[in-house]
Amino acid sequence: MTFVPKPKVRHPLLEFNEIGLTRRDYEGSVSTLCAGCGHDSVSAAITIACNEMSIPPHRFAKLSGIGCSSKTPSYFLGASHGFNSVHGRMPSVATGANLANHELYCIGVSGDGDSASIGVGQFAHIVRRKVNMLYIVDNNGTYGLTKGQFSATNDRGSTSKRGVPNLYSPIDLVSMALQVGASFVARSFSGDKTQLVPLIKAALMHKGFAFIDVISPCVMFNNHNGSTKSYQYVREHTAAMVDAQLITPHEEISVEYAPGTVKEVDMPDGSLLRLRKLSETYDPHDRIGALNHVQRAQEQGDVITGLLYVDPIASDLHEVLETTSTPLNQLVESDLCPGSEALDGVNASFR
Amino acid sequence: MNPTDIHAPAYFHKVVDCQWACPAHTPVPEYIRMIAAGRYTEAYMINWESNVFPGILGRTCDRPCEPACRRVRTEEKPVAICRLKRVAADHKGDIEAYLPHVPTTKNGKRIALLGAGPASLAVARDLLPFGYEIDMFDRDPAGGGMMRSQIPAFRLPADVLEEEVDLIVNMGVNATYNYEIKSMKAMLEMNYDAYFVGTGAPRGRDLDLPGRQEVDEHISIGIDWLSSVAFGHTSSISGKVIVMGGGNTAMDCCRTSKRLGAESVTVVVRSGFEVMKASEWEKEDAMSEGIPIINNRPPKEFVHENGKLKGVIFECVKPVEQDGRLKYIPTGEPDVFIECDHILMAIGQENHCPWIERDIGIEFDKWDCPILDEVTLQSTHPKIFFGGDSAFGPENIIWASAHAHQAAISIHLACQGKDPKDERPPEGLNLISQKMGVHEWSYDAEHDASKRFIVPHANRSRSLDNIKVEVELGFDELLGSREAQRCLNCDVQTVFTERLCIECDACVDICPMDCITFTNNAEEEALRDYLTAPAKNLEQALYVSDDLETGRVMVKDEDVCLHCGLCAERCPTNAWDMQKSVIHIPQLGSYAE
Ligand SMILES: Cc1cc2nc3c(=O)[nH]c(=O)nc-3n(C[C@H](O)[C@H](O)[C@H](O)COP(=O)(O)OP(=O)(O)OC[C@H]3O[C@@H](n4cnc5c(N)ncnc54)[C@H](O)[C@@H]3O)c2cc1C
Ligand SMILES: Cc1ncc(C[n+]2csc(CCOP(=O)(O)OP(=O)(O)O)c2C)c(N)n1
Ligand code: SF4
Ligand code: SF4
Ligand code: SF4
Ligand SMILES: [Mg+2]
Repeated sequence: MTFVPKPKVRHPLLEFNEIGLTRRDYEGSVSTLCAGCGHDSVSAAITIACNEMSIPPHRFAKLSGIGCSSKTPSYFLGASHGFNSVHGRMPSVATGANLANHELYCIGVSGDGDSASIGVGQFAHIVRRKVNMLYIVDNNGTYGLTKGQFSATNDRGSTSKRGVPNLYSPIDLVSMALQVGASFVARSFSGDKTQLVPLIKAALMHKGFAFIDVISPCVMFNNHNGSTKSYQYVREHTAAMVDAQLITPHEEISVEYAPGTVKEVDMPDGSLLRLRKLSETYDPHDRIGALNHVQRAQEQGDVITGLLYVDPIASDLHEVLETTSTPLNQLVESDLCPGSEALDGVNASFR
Repeated sequence: MNPTDIHAPAYFHKVVDCQWACPAHTPVPEYIRMIAAGRYTEAYMINWESNVFPGILGRTCDRPCEPACRRVRTEEKPVAICRLKRVAADHKGDIEAYLPHVPTTKNGKRIALLGAGPASLAVARDLLPFGYEIDMFDRDPAGGGMMRSQIPAFRLPADVLEEEVDLIVNMGVNATYNYEIKSMKAMLEMNYDAYFVGTGAPRGRDLDLPGRQEVDEHISIGIDWLSSVAFGHTSSISGKVIVMGGGNTAMDCCRTSKRLGAESVTVVVRSGFEVMKASEWEKEDAMSEGIPIINNRPPKEFVHENGKLKGVIFECVKPVEQDGRLKYIPTGEPDVFIECDHILMAIGQENHCPWIERDIGIEFDKWDCPILDEVTLQSTHPKIFFGGDSAFGPENIIWASAHAHQAAISIHLACQGKDPKDERPPEGLNLISQKMGVHEWSYDAEHDASKRFIVPHANRSRSLDNIKVEVELGFDELLGSREAQRCLNCDVQTVFTERLCIECDACVDICPMDCITFTNNAEEEALRDYLTAPAKNLEQALYVSDDLETGRVMVKDEDVCLHCGLCAERCPTNAWDMQKSVIHIPQLGSYAE
């Protein structure tokens, strides 16, 4: 952590986005995490992505539970809404927030302890419910905040800092999300913003539940030889499957790929999601294929990354519940209490 | 790109923009930190060692360091480097104990200094501690050269000048004043081991236009007039005065006239306002004293009636760019007549040495300047060296000091039978970590966003009345320490150790100025373009690391780095460290010996 606040001066050539802000306007307060923590890079990636999308900061709601990862919403989007909730219970709060105002972009940031240990039940259900949000897990295989106990995503055989191996099988949140119906599932690495930033942008544009499992090393307790979540291990065992690039309606399509390897997906707001397959055999629209692929890679100790699965015509909780198009928090008394005549009508329909 | 060799002294020296720009390479941030700490005497001595005249320069320097200051690129206004020098001089304590020891037993070598201006004085200071016997000759009644004869007292009070001149003379110079040198040949017959020519550029230019001869008694050459004011021969000027010229001499002439009783003073310049040679602040000062500056008006004719000056006719021109150069063409407007009773001609000076015979081995070029080696300042006569305005034409005091250091090294080498060019001491570099503990640095790393502080001035009516009243009052201790905080400590370098870096990106994320990028290596041009922020200042080299674990390299653009140390604080492995670069500029008495 640092004691000196980040000075307000910025690079004189720093670009302004479409609404006249710079990336610096999307930062939060100075991080109190350990120097070199992967979580800070994830926060930076969110900052970059939100700036590039030119969404006003106050249009975001940040939600989190408990853990070093769950502290990070303080460190980005300082001018947005936020709720730092109870350990493992961010999904409930996120569901409520999204139900109350579907116009906000919800970003949930959780940890592997928060989502795969204490909060695993909540996690499964928010996926099932298709809440329209970006759900990020800063996955470091450990309880960073409570000083380095194995978390539920820690691989069997991976060792603690003192060399003691983990005896239990891991929960793989990507597989779980695929299984219970997430419509956007990705995995990335905090040390690779070229991959992570476009994924965050695509996920924010996705309608439905978007999940990104970001391997985010804990420099303090899980970055040693013997750990499978260290910077070095992840770098050596990563294989990217599918690269995502979000092209907003205003942007020119400039990058040309070799034919056959690119898939384009129309997004609800008119942007184009361009998927570039890095592996011949991988199909990002095949849920079961993706699940198999992920599991097999896991078995071999490989970390496959990229946009692993996306359903371009997904729906969300509001669609399932057939809510009104006006956000619920904007309904006034006359909308909610239409009077005795309306009530009589309802009663009559049951007679 | 190849990895940067950060141990080559020039690399980090260039990052300290002010020190790089200072002709004498004064370690600016080091003395500014001393001022912030209230250690004025040390701050003064750091200056004295490099530039020899801190009190004088703190009031009069041309300050090439300030436009170079990184703060211009990060937040517009440079640190008031020059005026902080004055803070050190004004508030210093007793410096006696810090002065070099001058041996009483001499080394047997005799050196003649021709002229007693800043160049000669600085040579004397560098050579005296080595036991040289120094004889200095000047036609003026006292030492100091143009610092005494030209710079008016309202910019440089006599006591400040005398203190720093006398300090050197009293180190043991044998000074002979009121001594006009008429022949170099005669000087050579006095058999000195080496000669240093520091006679300046004492001839003011004149303008031969119609009417010039007839009005001769109403025209003065600016520098001659200023020196007659300085030496008390002139104490008033009456009527309407026109000052011709746009340099610093013109500014001193007009401000002096105003103080000596002129009814009105007008500066008329042939070129545009922006391209005038005078410094920004000199123009501002003149204008704020109510002196109009009229631009784009070349003179055509002196108008007179029965030998009495009536005024000057000026043509109206405008600048146009032709082949990248400014040319002035007539606007077609009718000529203008400006009435006046006296003209001060301040249109330039020349280094003019009619007393140097042309057959004694000193060769001159076609502009009548001596042919010199630019590094050693040795002329084509092995025993004769030049420096200050006499070397390459009129410059300023800080260049005089810078030349003097180089000439002193050359003289020292020559007197030992060594080659002044091939056997010069090299530059050196020390890097010293500033880490004191976790999040603790031995310098004040935190960025101070204050705007540049303004130097208080004396009451206008009082200072316009009396030429001896200094216009600027200088920063007091509080303002000085606050201004000192604005310095970015550009000499505390970000030093990167490849093998420690785990490429976690923490430094990239925290850096407020987007200086750092991890990327695949490429040629410089391509690399400059795709850094986190494009590196457009081609003057500032990129800092490129060796290959990292992932095959990428770290590239840092030094251009707008705040030296805030956040990258080093955020680095989990200390791959970044903040290290003070101490650059050793060869100079007699400090590092060379
Ligand atoms: C009006 C004016 C204002 C200036 N203001 C500034 C300023 O604010 N800041 C700044 O940095 N610079 C300023 N300068 C420039 C600065 O004064 C000179 O660049 C500097 O003094 C040069 O130093 P020097 O030692 O080479 O020569 P000088 O200072 O010119 O000294 C040369 C000495 O040699 C003596 N001499 C010359 N010929 C002979 C001879 N034949 N026999 C005996 N003695 C001789 C002269 O009497 C003189 O004392 C100003 C110059 C002028 C004209
Ligand atoms: C109900 C409850 N149980 C236990 C804790 C203690 N606790 C705080 S953080 C944490 C684990 C956090 O791990 P993770 O979500 O992976 O976050 P990280 O710190 O690794 O980013 C635990 C068990 C708590 N705060 N509340
Ligand atoms: S303990 Fe681990 S997870 Fe927590 S801030 Fe430190 S490095 Fe990051
Ligand atoms: S900020 Fe300080 S060290 Fe940097 S260039 Fe300016 S004066 Fe020199
Ligand atoms: S010292 Fe480090 S963090 Fe600060 S501006 Fe320079 S490179 Fe960036
Ligand atoms: Mg964790």
